[in-house]
Amino acid sequence: MKTHAAGLKKIALVGNPNSGKTSLFNALTHLRQKVGNYPGVTVDIKKGTAEIASRRIEIIDLPGTYSIYPKSDDERIVSEVLLDSTHPSHPDAVVVVIDATNLKRNLLFCSQIIDIGLPTIAVLTMADMLEKRGIRIDPAKLSEQLGIPVLLVNARRQKGIEKLKHYLKKGFDRPKKEIYSDIPLPSTLLKAGRRLYPDASNYFIWLEILRAQESRKSQDSKMKVLRELLRVEQVNIALIQGKETLGRYKKIEEIIMESVDDSLHKSVQISERLDDVFTHRVWGPLILLAILFLVFQAVFFLADFPMRWVEDGTAWVSTIFSNYLPTGWFKSLLVEGVIAGLGGIVVFIPQIAILFGFLSILEDTGYMARISYITDRIMRGVGLSGKSVIPLISGMACAIPAIMATRSIENWRNRLVTILITPFMTCSARLPVYTLLISIGIPSKTLLGFINLQGLVLLAMYLLGIGMSMAIAYILRFFIPADGKSLFVMEMPLYRAPRWRNVFITMYERSKVFVTEAGKVILIISIVLWFLASFGPADLGMHHEEFNTEQMTNAQYKSYKLKHSFAGYLGKAIEPVIRPIGFDWRMGIAVITSFAAREVFAGTMATIYSVEGDGDEFHSVREAMLHDVDAHGRKVYSLATVLSLLVFYAFAMQCMSTLAVVKRETKSWKWPAIQFAYMTVIAYSASFIVYQLFR
Amino acid sequence: MSNLKPGEEAVISGFTDELKYLQLMEMGCIPGEKVRLLSKAPFGDPISIQVGSYKLSIRKSEARNILIEKHSEDTRSLQQA
Repeated sequence: MKTHAAGLKKIALVGNPNSGKTSLFNALTHLRQKVGNYPGVTVDIKKGTAEIASRRIEIIDLPGTYSIYPKSDDERIVSEVLLDSTHPSHPDAVVVVIDATNLKRNLLFCSQIIDIGLPTIAVLTMADMLEKRGIRIDPAKLSEQLGIPVLLVNARRQKGIEKLKHYLKKGFDRPKKEIYSDIPLPSTLLKAGRRLYPDASNYFIWLEILRAQESRKSQDSKMKVLRELLRVEQVNIALIQGKETLGRYKKIEEIIMESVDDSLHKSVQISERLDDVFTHRVWGPLILLAILFLVFQAVFFLADFPMRWVEDGTAWVSTIFSNYLPTGWFKSLLVEGVIAGLGGIVVFIPQIAILFGFLSILEDTGYMARISYITDRIMRGVGLSGKSVIPLISGMACAIPAIMATRSIENWRNRLVTILITPFMTCSARLPVYTLLISIGIPSKTLLGFINLQGLVLLAMYLLGIGMSMAIAYILRFFIPADGKSLFVMEMPLYRAPRWRNVFITMYERSKVFVTEAGKVILIISIVLWFLASFGPADLGMHHEEFNTEQMTNAQYKSYKLKHSFAGYLGKAIEPVIRPIGFDWRMGIAVITSFAAREVFAGTMATIYSVEGDGDEFHSVREAMLHDVDAHGRKVYSLATVLSLLVFYAFAMQCMSTLAVVKRETKSWKWPAIQFAYMTVIAYSASFIVYQLFR
Repeated sequence: MSNLKPGEEAVISGFTDELKYLQLMEMGCIPGEKVRLLSKAPFGDPISIQVGSYKLSIRKSEARNILIEKHSEDTRSLQQA
C-alpha cells in the first residue's frame, strides 16, 4: 500500500443517512457550496470548498447510503465516483462519517470504503450521546483495528472540526489493511482483474467487476474486458454480496469488542413517548394534518408578502427603464421581455425558500420520516409511497418548489411519477383564473341555505386536481412499472432539535439552484413569448393593414397590437382546433400567452377587451367578459365555455416554469415534453367532454 | 407464522429469501440481532421495529420475510396482529 503524498485537493464525504454528514459538510464549507451536474445523471452532487490554512480543498458531499451496493440512482453515484478514477469528482481521499450510536451498522459501509483502498479517515459523530448510554468508544483502538485514523467530531458544537481540518491539510495514508477480502471469485476473473489493476485490493477488483456488469454501454477498455469475461464465467452476485455482508458483520463484532467498552451499557429502549403521540392512531394523523396545513399556509400566504415586494420592485424597475429609454423595440425587449422575465423568476424565490425552510426543519427534527410512516398506506393504493405526500401537498401552493422537493424520494420510479402528477394539484397561480371564471359563469346562488355555489365549484376544482393526480398515478403503474428491487424500509431517526444553520443553507442553496438552472429556461421562454405578443407580421413588413391607430386610446391601441401580433394570429389560427371545446380566438390568445404562467390569463383578457388598466381591473375585465356576445347575440362566456375553460386550466400544463424545473430535475427534455403532451391531451379531452355535455 | 405483539421482542433467525433481503441486512437486520415490534402505523401498515439501537419503518409485506425466533422455541416470521 502506497502512502499518499501530502496535499489533498479533493475529498469525498460519505456515510449512512442521518449520520450527520450534511452538518459536517456545512461546517467545513459554510456557504461556499455549489451543485455539480453530470451529463446523463439525475443526481446532484453537492460540492463545496473548505479553506484550510489558506489552501482550498474541494469537498464532495456524496448521497447517504447504507452500503456500497447501490439501491437507487442516487446511491449508484457513490461507487461511480469512488471507483472510476476518470470521473471528474473522483477524490484523493475519503472521509467516512459514522454515527457512533449505531456503530455496527455504520461500520459495515465504512469497512467497504476502507477495502476500496483510497486514503480514508473515519469521523465519529454523536459520540456525546454514547456517554449517557454508558458506552465508551476508544478512538485510538478503533483506529488501530480499522487501519485508518479515527476522529471524534461534534459538528453542532464545532468540536473536532479543527482536528479534521488538520488531517485534511496534512493528508493521510491509504488504509493499513483490508478488513474483509474473502470474495469467492472464479480464479480466471480474479487473475484478469489483477492484471488490469495490479495495485488494487481484491475488493476493488470485485466492485469493478460489478460496475462492468452494470455499465453495459461503457466504452472503457477495462470495463469491456471484464464484461467479456463475465459472459463466460457465471457469478452469483447476490450470493456473494450476502455472504460478504454477514462476514463483514462478524469481523465488525470483533472490532467493536476490542475498541468499545459497554460494560456500563444500559439496555436501550428508544424513547417512545414522542412517537406515542406523533404516530398515534388518532393524534398522529391529526397532528400531521395540522403540520401539513401550516406548511401549506406558509407557502401560500407567508410567501405572498415578499412576492408582492418582488412584483412591486419589478414594476418600479420597469418604470425607471420606461422613463429613461426611448420608445422602440429595445425598450420593449428590456422592459416587457427581460425585466418581466427576471421578475418572473425572482418571484418564486419566497415560495421556494419558505417551503425548503420548513422541509429542512421537518427533515432535521426527524418528523419527515413519520410523515412517510403515517401516509404510506394511503399512497400505496396508487403505487406510490408516503414520501410523495410532501411534494403533492406543496403542489397545492406551487408546483415549482414541490417538484424540487421530490428529491427526497430515493426510488427513482416513484420520484418520476410524483413529478409527473404534481402539476395537477391546484396551485396558487390557478386561483385568479378560477375566481375570474367562476364569477363570470357560475351564478352566486346559495344551496341548502348555507352553501355558496361559487365556493362549492372552487372546492370542486381543488378536488378535481387531487383526483386527477391520483388517477394518473394509478394509470402510470402500467406504463412505468415498479422496479421491485428496492424495499421500502426506512430509518426513523430520533427526534432532535433542528440545526438552524442547515435550515438556512438549504433555503439558500435551493433558491440558488432554481435561479441559476431553471431560471435560464424561464428567461428564454419569457423573451420568446414577449416577441410573439409584441410583434406581428406587420412589424416585419410581411403585409400591411391600413388601420388608423392615431385616434385610439392607449388601451385600444394595446388591444389592437395584441390582436395583430404573432400570438394574436396564432390564437386565430388555432380557433378551428379549440372551437370544439368552446373557445374562441380570444381565449386562444390567452391560452398562448398564459403559458408563461396561468395567472397571465386575466391580464391578457384585460388587454384584449381594451380594459383601461387601473384601479378596478378585475371588475372591469369581468364586466367586459360577462357582456360579450357573439354574432348571434349569444353569450360568449356561457356556462359550457366557462366550465370548459376551468377544466382546461385545471389539467393543462400551462406553466413554463414548471417545465423548466422538471427539465432540471430529470436532467432531460424527454420528461417535460411527455408531461406537456399528456397533460394537454387530458385537458383538451376533458374540456371537450364538459363543453359538449353542457352545451 | 405467529404474531409479534407491540412491545414484544425476538431474535432474527434468517430470511425467507436471503438473496432479496441484502438491503435489510445492510440496514442492520442481521441474523442473531434482537428485534422489537414498536408499533403499527395509524392505518395499520407499515410497522416500526427496533433493531439494535435504532428504529426502522417497514411494510408488513416486507417484514413477513424476516424469520424470527421467539424465546428460542420455533421459527416464526415477523408478522403481527
